[in-house]
Amino acid sequence: MFRDLSFRYKIPLRATLLVLITAFMLTAAIVTREYEQMRSDIFDNAESLGQVLARTLITPIQHDDLWRAFEIINIPAQSASPSSLAADLLMVVDDQQRVVVSSRPLEHPVSTPLSELGAIYAALADEIGRVGLYASQSVELSESGFFHLLMPIVSDGVSLGVLVIEYPKSIYKPRFYSIVSRAVVVTLLVLAILLPLSWYWGRRMAEPLVQLSDCMGMIGERIPDTTECRLYQSRDEIGQAGEQLRRMLHALGEKQALEQQIIASERLAAIGRITAGIAHEINNPLGGMLNTISTWKRHGQPEHLAEKTLPLLERGLLQIKETVAALLVEARVQSHPLTDADLQDIHTLLQPHIHNKRLHMHWEGSLQRAVALPSTQVRQVLMNLLLNAVQAADEGSGVLCTTELKDGCLLIRVENRGEPIPAEKQAQLFEPFVSGNPQGHGLGLWVTYQLVQQMRGDIYVNSLPSGETVFMVCIPIGEQEK
Amino acid sequence: MLDRRRVLLGMAGVAMAPWVAATSHHSGLRIGLTPVFLDDQAAFLSRWRDYLQRRTGLEIQFVQRSSYREILEQVVSRDLDLAWLCGFPYVQERERLRLMATPLFQGKPEYHSYLLAHHTHRANGIEGLAGGVMAYSDPNSFSGYLYPRSQLQQAGLSSDSYFRRSFFTWSHRRVVEAVAVGLADAGAVAGYVWETMARLYPELVSHTRVIHRSRAYGFPPFVSRADLDGRLFDTVQQVFLEMRRDPDGAALLEQLNLDGFIPAEPEMYSSIAAMVEQVRGG
Repeated sequence: MFRDLSFRYKIPLRATLLVLITAFMLTAAIVTREYEQMRSDIFDNAESLGQVLARTLITPIQHDDLWRAFEIINIPAQSASPSSLAADLLMVVDDQQRVVVSSRPLEHPVSTPLSELGAIYAALADEIGRVGLYASQSVELSESGFFHLLMPIVSDGVSLGVLVIEYPKSIYKPRFYSIVSRAVVVTLLVLAILLPLSWYWGRRMAEPLVQLSDCMGMIGERIPDTTECRLYQSRDEIGQAGEQLRRMLHALGEKQALEQQIIASERLAAIGRITAGIAHEINNPLGGMLNTISTWKRHGQPEHLAEKTLPLLERGLLQIKETVAALLVEARVQSHPLTDADLQDIHTLLQPHIHNKRLHMHWEGSLQRAVALPSTQVRQVLMNLLLNAVQAADEGSGVLCTTELKDGCLLIRVENRGEPIPAEKQAQLFEPFVSGNPQGHGLGLWVTYQLVQQMRGDIYVNSLPSGETVFMVCIPIGEQEK
Repeated sequence: MLDRRRVLLGMAGVAMAPWVAATSHHSGLRIGLTPVFLDDQAAFLSRWRDYLQRRTGLEIQFVQRSSYREILEQVVSRDLDLAWLCGFPYVQERERLRLMATPLFQGKPEYHSYLLAHHTHRANGIEGLAGGVMAYSDPNSFSGYLYPRSQLQQAGLSSDSYFRRSFFTWSHRRVVEAVAVGLADAGAVAGYVWETMARLYPELVSHTRVIHRSRAYGFPPFVSRADLDGRLFDTVQQVFLEMRRDPDGAALLEQLNLDGFIPAEPEMYSSIAAMVEQVRGG
């Protein structure tokens, strides 16, 4: 999907991705850093709060002034605003690990042993009892959702109890969310600025490539003129590619002009050869007929000579007629669809020729059903190719003929072994009056070519120096009605 | 504790701030206040002081201390001219004090001692509080200490063994708060303070429940030192007695949740005196 996208979109999309990755990484780094900072802030905060409170609590504890002690620990517990690092609970515990006072007196009644207040406080009681506190200590019980700061309340070296400050572990959450949401807002702002910029730059970067690609896309049948392509002028890679393309277009244009010249001159040459051939073919019988007429005149037009002369003239005129008829290939001959019987007829007709040269005929393929191709034309094509093959084949060698229906085509393949067709002759093989056989008039392959063309098919020849010559004909089925 | 009082004192008014440890030789009138009423409303105290100054023509100074004992001692030692005291400290030092005026609460110069419990507590009297945490207001408070102590004594119990823990909050108001938040299971408080708080802070007071009401006793009176100048005594007494008759005074009384003042008589406190004798004797 993405691979097929235009660079117009690819470049801005990549830029967007880069911005997002950067924003994500930066946010992650800041959040991690803030988390650590927050943690140490909380502990510092708890530590200093604990120190102040522990000192303030000495007198109320010594004077048994429970209410005063409650007021002191209740102030920090009450001041909880959602974003502050406020303690969840504060509690003073005496040396027997009994509650002196708690900021939640209903949950932690006065004088209740800590161990009776649930697993967390029992664990804390163990911790207090084990250490014998004389310095503050933070406790993070993994199974509870809180961490605790234990701050000893000491007067003149005598421990009066321990101040327990409890923080929920979720205390980070509001700060965490506020950092993340701020990071998201900043990222969106940055994106709002960078995205249009990156789209603009991306399009600017892609534009030369697009121009280059558009220009290359114009190359096809016709080579576009260098003035038709708007190309980016620069010395960078794209500019250099554009310059190369321009040079290539120029060279291609010259080559195309040259090819057209060659084709034109080849056509003229072909017309010349054809004209010469026609002239020759007509000239030969004409010469004979003129001679006959001249003889007949010289002898005072006797009856017996007339009897001889007229048949001669007739044969000459017929020869000319045949030549002309061969040149005018009958385009529209009504014929039935091609059947297997038509192919078998050809096979039968060839038998005498094969016998004369003692050849082996290999006939492969048969038609299972009637094919919508004009039988007369196909028969003539097949007959012409096989007669040529038989003529060109060495005595006693084999001729192979295969017919098959493949890819909506009737495929005919005729193969023989014999004198190879020279390469220079192969190019002119399908022109009239070009013949490898001194006896032939050179119209057989030309006629074949014309018939195949009429049926919108193709004909190829391949003659190897080793003597194998193959003619391949492919006639598309179902194209004939057009 | 002292600090808190000082701060309140400072907030009460600039005139009170430069207070010098004084003798009785001064031109103004120094009045000691105790937490028998809601004495922590600085703005109100300032208005009341202004009123008294206007009416008496004397410079008035309110003096607040953290316990009844300190105020009582200062009146006895003539550092203070006047004090609003509980009936219990009065009967202890009645030879050296002179009754001036008693407030009228709900039309009578009387109040009750209330025994409060947290609203979730099931006790229906002092009998149900065994093993609980008890909050008293002041060791020299009648309603907040003497009365419940005598109740226990009559039942043959002692505060220390009957309760798991007991403590003083040094003010009626804080007894109500301590019971409301659950720090104490029960508390002894002046009915007048509880009723007034119920009017001002219904939410807080709704967490407490009165589980016992005493019979009526004399309302905490205004007393003067015994040797206060007679004319001065009469002037000030007159101002108190007439307070309910002028609009400013009536507004102040309304805020105090009182109906007025009447001359105080020693007989009003004879039942308290009897109880003191009884507790001491027991």
